[in-house]
Amino acid sequence: MNPQMVMYEEEFNQIQAVVERLVKEANAKVVFIVDKNGQLIAAAGDTENLDTTSLASLTAGNIAATGGMARLLRENEFATQYHEGEKANIHIQLVGNRVILVVIFDSRSSLGLVRLRVRRASDELNAIFEALLTKVQSPDRNDVLTEITDADIDNLFND
Amino acid sequence: MSFINYLSREINCKLVYYGPGLCGKTTNLQFIYNKTAPEAKGKMISLATEQERTLFFDFLPISLGEIRGFRTRFHLYTVPGQVFYDASRKLILKGVDGVIFVADSQIERMEANIESMENLRTNLAEQGYSLDKVPFVIQYNKRDLPSAAPIEELRQALNANNVPEYEAVAYKGDGVFDTLKAITKLVLTELKRGSGG
Repeated sequence: MNPQMVMYEEEFNQIQAVVERLVKEANAKVVFIVDKNGQLIAAAGDTENLDTTSLASLTAGNIAATGGMARLLRENEFATQYHEGEKANIHIQLVGNRVILVVIFDSRSSLGLVRLRVRRASDELNAIFEALLTKVQSPDRNDVLTEITDADIDNLFND
Repeated sequence: MSFINYLSREINCKLVYYGPGLCGKTTNLQFIYNKTAPEAKGKMISLATEQERTLFFDFLPISLGEIRGFRTRFHLYTVPGQVFYDASRKLILKGVDGVIFVADSQIERMEANIESMENLRTNLAEQGYSLDKVPFVIQYNKRDLPSAAPIEELRQALNANNVPEYEAVAYKGDGVFDTLKAITKLVLTELKRGSGG
């Protein structure tokens, strides 16, 4: 089982900085990061008219299905996927077997450029998520969950 | 596995509707979608065959209000019920926080219910979960059909652990939100417990 995913402001800002730089350096339309369970972690670029929640869930489903195929072929993972459309293309990269980095781009960029930039961003993201994981697992972290009472949970349904 | 975001102040959890083919998992999600206010739900996605049978999963994100200033958001998934889609079912169980088993009450589907329940136990175990420990509720659907088995019989076959159980007629909405409330409550209680609270 994966440990619980937690996001704090400090790490989020680091991740967001990587994602925003990747949009610029790769000439991408949109870049986003999803955890393997389909939760959106960060997004940058032209996300206004994009249903990022749905995209996040489908991306995770896609990675899960590809991972299933990999196991059947006795491969560890297929870490990279590329889908080419008429106008938009999607590059999907598994980072540290933990999160998924998605780059959506059009003819203003190229697969070669995206791959190159994704490689560097992946290394940076991997380091950030490693540090985040250590922080989450430390026993003295401040945790909102410990403050929740049974009454809080009941109140959620008093409608 | 839940995702706590301190920046956007959100608690995100994943729920999975499990059960045999045509038991009403997708119908549960459709009813929830139709009855949830637009601002509290996202788009419902169904990856289905041309005959509207679930091929991979249905997905519906909803939010349920705030706890201690944190918005609670639940991602609802269904699995494909048909036996031969087992590989897909395993994938969808990854990272699950709570499971709803939708049983088909019709007496002729008793075997299919039992088989699906065993399949759930096996597939959860493969992901490192135990059905005896994960937040879990059972819904006995299709209570309006003439061939519906008595609740006692369904309970004996499917609910040995005496988890919360609900009667339902999902297409009319009977029991759908009761089931959802029960599982979300169990999930939040488990999150609190797991964190030592």
